Amino acid sequence: MAAVAADADAPGPRPWLLMSPALTAVVLLLAVPLCFILVYSFWLRTAAGGEQVGFFLDNWAEVLSDEFYRDILFQTLRIAGLSTVVCILLGYIPAYFIARSTTRHKAALILLLMLPFWISYIIRTMSWINILGVSGALNVFLLWTGIISEPLQILYNEATVILGLVHFLLPFMILNIYVSIDGIDTNLADAARSLGATGWQTFREVTLPLSMPGLAAGSLLCFVLGAGTYITPMILGGPRNAMFANLVFEAIITQLNWPLGSALSLVLLVVLGAVVVVYTRYAGIGQLAKSFK
Amino acid sequence: MSDREPVVALRQVIKRYGNFTAVEPMDLNVEPGAFVTLLGPSGCGKTTTLRMVAGLAAPSGGDILIKGSRVNEVPIHKRNLGIVFQNYALFPHKNIFDNVAFGLKYRKVPKAEIAERVARALELVQLPQMADRFPNQLSGGQQQRIALARAIVVEPDVLLLDEPLSALDANLREDMRVELKKIQHQLGITTIFVTHDQSEALAMSDKIVVMNKGRIEQEGSPEEVYARPRSEFVARFLGNSNLLDGTITAHNGSSLSVEVGGLGQVEADANGAAVPQDGQPVRLVVRAEKLHLSTEPSGEPGATRMNGRVDTVDYQGQAARYFVTVGAHSLQVINPIDSRPFAEGAEVCVHVRPRDIVLLTPEA
Repeated sequence: MAAVAADADAPGPRPWLLMSPALTAVVLLLAVPLCFILVYSFWLRTAAGGEQVGFFLDNWAEVLSDEFYRDILFQTLRIAGLSTVVCILLGYIPAYFIARSTTRHKAALILLLMLPFWISYIIRTMSWINILGVSGALNVFLLWTGIISEPLQILYNEATVILGLVHFLLPFMILNIYVSIDGIDTNLADAARSLGATGWQTFREVTLPLSMPGLAAGSLLCFVLGAGTYITPMILGGPRNAMFANLVFEAIITQLNWPLGSALSLVLLVVLGAVVVVYTRYAGIGQLAKSFK
Repeated sequence: MSDREPVVALRQVIKRYGNFTAVEPMDLNVEPGAFVTLLGPSGCGKTTTLRMVAGLAAPSGGDILIKGSRVNEVPIHKRNLGIVFQNYALFPHKNIFDNVAFGLKYRKVPKAEIAERVARALELVQLPQMADRFPNQLSGGQQQRIALARAIVVEPDVLLLDEPLSALDANLREDMRVELKKIQHQLGITTIFVTHDQSEALAMSDKIVVMNKGRIEQEGSPEEVYARPRSEFVARFLGNSNLLDGTITAHNGSSLSVEVGGLGQVEADANGAAVPQDGQPVRLVVRAEKLHLSTEPSGEPGATRMNGRVDTVDYQGQAARYFVTVGAHSLQVINPIDSRPFAEGAEVCVHVRPRDIVLLTPEA
C-alpha cells in the first residue's frame, strides 16, 4: 500500500530542495573532511617534519601490523564496554524512579540530570583529582580519621578511567532508559499484577523487556562515546591506560604526524562503525518490543 | 438473590486525595453472578471505586470485602480478580497465547492444562486462530476480546471492567456490548462495570449505581433508574428529560394537579410516592418520549393537553427530537415518526399521561 501511495503522488524534486541545507552541511563538514583524512593517511611524514605527497602504504602497514596498536584498541573496547555495563547498573534505577514518579517536579528531575552538561567536561573530569588525588578530599579525610598514615594512590589506573567515563556517560544512559520506561503504559503493570504477578515478576516480565529499546540505544551511545574519548584517560589514567583516541591525539598534536594520525583515526572510525552496524542488526531482533503504541 | 452473601461488599468506603474527597462514604453490595454498573460522568468517583476494589488504590477508610473477607490489606496479585482496561493493556511483546496464559502461569497451572484453558477462552471470545499473533496485528475489537479472555481464563472471583468499550467505534461497541453480556451470563461471573455511557449501562446491567460527585445518587434495576429517577441529576443524566417546577393545587388519592408557572395545570400521579401537602412546591420529571405530539387534541382521558409550536426538529431516522414551545417553556419531545416528522413552526397539541410524570420531592 505504501508503494502505491508513493507512486500516486511522486515526490518530485521538492524533498531534495528541502533537505539541501542539511545535505550541504553533511557533505561539507563531514564527507569532505573525511576524504581529506583518507588522502592524508597515504602520505608520508618526512624526517624533516614536512609531508611527502603520494600514495604510500607505510602508515597503514605500521598501524595494522604493530601489536601495540591492536592491544590499545582492545583495551579501548574493554574500558568502553565496562563503563557501559556500569552505566546500565547505576542508571536503570534512577531512570525507573523518574519515569514512574508522580511528583509534579518531574521536569526538575530531568533538568538535574542535564545540570552536569553546563560545566565543561574537562572541569568535571579534573574535579576527581580534588576528590581522589594524593591531597584530595578522600585522602585528607582518611588521614584525619587515622585510618591511614600515608596518602593512598587512588588515581591514574583503569578503574579511575572507568569512574570518569561513567561520570560522563551516566546521564545519556538514564535519559534513554527514562524515555523508554516513560512510554510504557502503566496499565500493563497493573494488568500483570491483577493476573497474579508480584511486583518483581511484573518488572521482569513486562517493564524490563519493554524498556529494552531504550536500554539498547543508551548502551550503544555510551559505548561509542566512551570508546572515542581521550580526555578522561589523559586526566585520570596512568601511562598504561591510554585509549585509542589518545594515540590519535599523540600523533597529530604532539608529533605533528598527520598522516599516521589520519590512519589511526580511520581505524577507530571503521571499528566503531562496524560495532554500530552489527549491534543495530542484532538488536533489530528485539524490535517487537517497540511495537507498543 | 438477596439472601446470598455478596461477592463484593463496600462498607463505608471513602477515598480522599489531600483535601479532595473522591469517594464519599459508600456502601455497595454486588450479588453473586450479578452485572453491576457504576454509571456517572467523569470525575464522579466510579473509576476510583473500581480501583479500590481492584487493589490499585487504597481506601482512606471503610472496609472492602470480597467473598466475605476483608481485603483492604491484601495486595492486588492475591485478590483473584480479572480486570479489563479501556485501552486493552495487552502485553505488546507477548503473543496472544502468552498474553492469555499469563495469569495461569502465576497460578502454577500445569502446562497441558494451560494450553487447554487458553484454547477454551479463545473459543469463548471467538478468536481461536489468533494464538500465535501479536497484539498489534489485531484490530481494536479483537484486542479487547483477547483482554477479556485473559481476564476470565483465571476464573476470577470478580470481573472488573473499566470502560472497556469506550475505545471502540460505535457499531463495534454495540456488538461487543451484546457479546460481553452473553459471555458474562454464560459464565455466571460476578461483574462490576464502569461506564459513562447510559445506553451501555441500561443494556447490560442487572443493577445500575448512578454516581455523582463521589456519592451514590440512585441504585436499582435499569428500569427503576430510568423510569423512576429519584433525583434531578439521575433524571438529567439518563435519557432526555424535561424538569418542571410547580405547586400542588389539589389532590385526590394519588392523583394530583400541579400548577406549573408559565405552562398551566398539569395532571400527575404520585405512583406510590408519598404525596406532599397541597400548596407544596414540587419538581416534575417528564421524559421526552413520554410527551406525545398530534395535530388534533387526542390522548386518553385524564391526560394533560397543551398547545404548542414546533421550534426545532432534530431528525434521527426512526424518531425525531423536537423542541416545542409551550407557554413560557421549551419542551423536549422525542416521538417515533409516522410517515413524516412535524415541520418547524407547526402548531401541535402536546399531551402526557399522569402516570408518565415522575414526582421529585425536595431532599429530606
